[in-house]
Amino acid sequence: MNELTEGRPGQRLLMMGNQAIARGALEAGVSVAAGYPGTPSSEIIENLAGVAAAAGIYVEWSVNEKVAAEVAAAASFAGLRSLCVMKQNGVNVASDFLLHLAGGGTRGGMVLVPCDDPGALSSINEGESRHFARLLEIPLLEPGDFQEAKDMIKWAFELSEQIGNLVMVRSVTRLSHASGNVELGPMPDFRPKARFRHTGFILDPRQGAVSSAPVAYKHDLQQQKLEKAQDAFENALFNTYTGPENPELLVITASACNLYCREAIEILGLSDRAGLLKLATTWPLPNNLVGRYLEKTGRVLIVEEVIPFLEENIKILAAELALEIGAKTIHAKRDKTLPSVGEMHPDHVIAALAKIFDLSYEAVSADYTEKAGLCVLAGAPGRDLTFCPGCPHRASYWILHNVLALDNREGFVCGDIGCYSLGMRETGYFSLKTMHAMGSGTGLASGFGKLGPFGMDQSIVAVSGDSTFFHAVMPALVNAVHYNADITLVVFDNSGTAMTGFQPHPGLETDAMGQSAPAVDIEAVCRALGAQTTVCDPFEMDQTRDILLEKVSGKNGVQVVIMRRACALSPARRGRPEYEMYLDPQICIGENCGCNKLCTRVFKCPGLNWDDQNRCARIDEVICAGCGVCASVCPAGAITRKKRT
Amino acid sequence: MAADAKLPGDPYNLVITGVGGQGNVLASRVLGNIFTQQGYRVTIGETFGASQRGGSVMSHLRISETGTWSPRMPRGRAHVIISLEPTEALRVLADYGNPEVILLCNTRPVHSIAVISGQARYPQQDQLRQWIGDLSARAWFLEATRAAMEMGNPIFANIMMIGALAAADILPVDKDSFKAAVSQIMPEDKVAANCLAFDRGGQMLLKKEPGP
Ligand code: SF4
Ligand code: SF4
Repeated sequence: MNELTEGRPGQRLLMMGNQAIARGALEAGVSVAAGYPGTPSSEIIENLAGVAAAAGIYVEWSVNEKVAAEVAAAASFAGLRSLCVMKQNGVNVASDFLLHLAGGGTRGGMVLVPCDDPGALSSINEGESRHFARLLEIPLLEPGDFQEAKDMIKWAFELSEQIGNLVMVRSVTRLSHASGNVELGPMPDFRPKARFRHTGFILDPRQGAVSSAPVAYKHDLQQQKLEKAQDAFENALFNTYTGPENPELLVITASACNLYCREAIEILGLSDRAGLLKLATTWPLPNNLVGRYLEKTGRVLIVEEVIPFLEENIKILAAELALEIGAKTIHAKRDKTLPSVGEMHPDHVIAALAKIFDLSYEAVSADYTEKAGLCVLAGAPGRDLTFCPGCPHRASYWILHNVLALDNREGFVCGDIGCYSLGMRETGYFSLKTMHAMGSGTGLASGFGKLGPFGMDQSIVAVSGDSTFFHAVMPALVNAVHYNADITLVVFDNSGTAMTGFQPHPGLETDAMGQSAPAVDIEAVCRALGAQTTVCDPFEMDQTRDILLEKVSGKNGVQVVIMRRACALSPARRGRPEYEMYLDPQICIGENCGCNKLCTRVFKCPGLNWDDQNRCARIDEVICAGCGVCASVCPAGAITRKKRT
Repeated sequence: MAADAKLPGDPYNLVITGVGGQGNVLASRVLGNIFTQQGYRVTIGETFGASQRGGSVMSHLRISETGTWSPRMPRGRAHVIISLEPTEALRVLADYGNPEVILLCNTRPVHSIAVISGQARYPQQDQLRQWIGDLSARAWFLEATRAAMEMGNPIFANIMMIGALAAADILPVDKDSFKAAVSQIMPEDKVAANCLAFDRGGQMLLKKEPGP
């Protein structure tokens, strides 16, 4: 049974936040959903794609977030409800279009769901999308639990249609990837017909052309829409208050922090001294509502993730109202009551409350904490992230690492975003020396490749995944080819968006909904762009190393090497080891090998262990994926492989 | 314990920990569904960004009669810790442990690359058991991975640990509620094998006394 479409109204299910968001969109009658994979947002589109046929909707993984926003906007212009989903970085990519979209307005309800990642649990920044709501001048909603994650999506669609503009519903990792109980609502049985009406007067918002120009007129209109939303926010039932009539302290919060605050107040037994104002509508603020609660107290604590967004807006409001409601003491991030880096946690709120109320709180005895801390220090060795056993990236980086050493010019690799970002760490032999946004590796390489006349004589390599190639590498590659930069681009083609769970991309023959689709061939694209292009198998280590070395050491414009090998976890390879592996302890020379234990100390596939007693390596049969690669790593021939039938 | 028994604490806090790829998320889902079906409110917080890439993973389950709690458990508040890997138990004890906590630990080590490459040493089993025992009120050590491999797939270790939890009789989890929850999220043909793993886990626990 698929709960997403078949769950009955009134039924209470355990749902991941992202599932709840998907169900909310379905209950709202969404027709089109588009996004680009990115943790922690991916399961929203994935869930919708899984029920697309049953629900009669269209779902796609777009080539990047900007195109996703455009695809969703087209549906809105044609009068349909559409959803657009991305992780926080995606909003940066889409923002150019979004700024124009918000200026021109929407027709069918359109909701943008960015999933932020405070603490950067699966990102390389903890940038926020909330600021985009202010920049784009669109309403911002933030669900405070799992039920709201569903219900507020539906409300967002209604609001979007009411004001004629895009609405943002921001989620965070601890909602998107956490689970809670959600009571289902009814599903719609009506879907409008798509028609883009454009034959009316050019400025007619429902029948004319769609554009953010003429700017003075449209911008004014946009701000009126925002004011309309603000009026609706004043009475929104999703904004809640729990606590005494006149609290000693007013805690104002939103999003997942709501749950942290609730728990902290409970643990410290402060329910009759501190009040909790949970805001669901955080931009623009419902001024009257917030003002009413500010008036009840002299002291305020604001809890949010990550940088002081709510804090600044509330402080502006408090300043405007100061004559009426008196000056307030506001504790938050700017006075260092709470950190403005990383995730919030109930313990942060407990500490802040304990300080404000002058309470002492000890979670466990200092004695226990000290003892446990010492045990971890002595007994729990760190667990750095590593490529999976059988991962083609390990083999690719091993080759790259050796090629750059052989080339011997202090060459380096410009990194990009995906599993292969781990190339910056031990598991990728510290090969990556830069890492920024999607596609930036090739863009930076293109720039480095023009520094020869300034004396730069290092070899320059960029890497890209297959999905990233389509997302943002192509324009950078065009640039590098056109300006004849001396670089080698290595495309790690592992047949899917592995990092986020194998979402399809334009290079594959199936789309998000599982339908067959024409594949765009990376090799053909590179050749057509004018780059010398070769396809290799990273598991054929010796041969691939020789090819790559030739490319890297030559100086003749853009070279592309496509390392093609499906990801170890891909449905095609998972659970089907290609080889049976043997390690002969008699042949293994252990500490005398290579530069001492080459396979475990240097190559470091988790499928290999060092057996301290017998002073030799051994294969860990629980972990080894049988890829056969370490057989070519071992110089002594101790590791052998036999093809499985 | 019968399905209509009261929770020994509210919210009742359970941590499942292990290394990416050991089936942490599935185990928390199954337990979450067991309690949801009994009418409890369940909140689960996961760290699974690193789930397949050898990192430590952890799920926090908050089970309550009253409502939704924080998906991140406050420090020192765990009632039960299920650890699929012994050194991960130590890490969780340091953050969420307390002298009353109950521990169910799979003994099979998963070496991190720091250990594989020789930069760090993996502790001796008896030493590990000693530490874990000292930091908890009761601790069971079970060879779940080995038993799972006897069943043909090491991945069953996670389900065995749920079976062991049921047999420990601290929470309202039984075979029927397990079966119902598993049927909800797994294809028909996988249910029987998982029930077998559940039973194996229970038997393993009953044969053992807690302690190193
Ligand atoms: S065959 Fe060797 S390299 Fe491949 S997964 Fe097994 S141990 Fe690792
Ligand atoms: S590379 Fe070969 S010889 Fe060297 S330690 Fe590993 S198995 Fe032994």
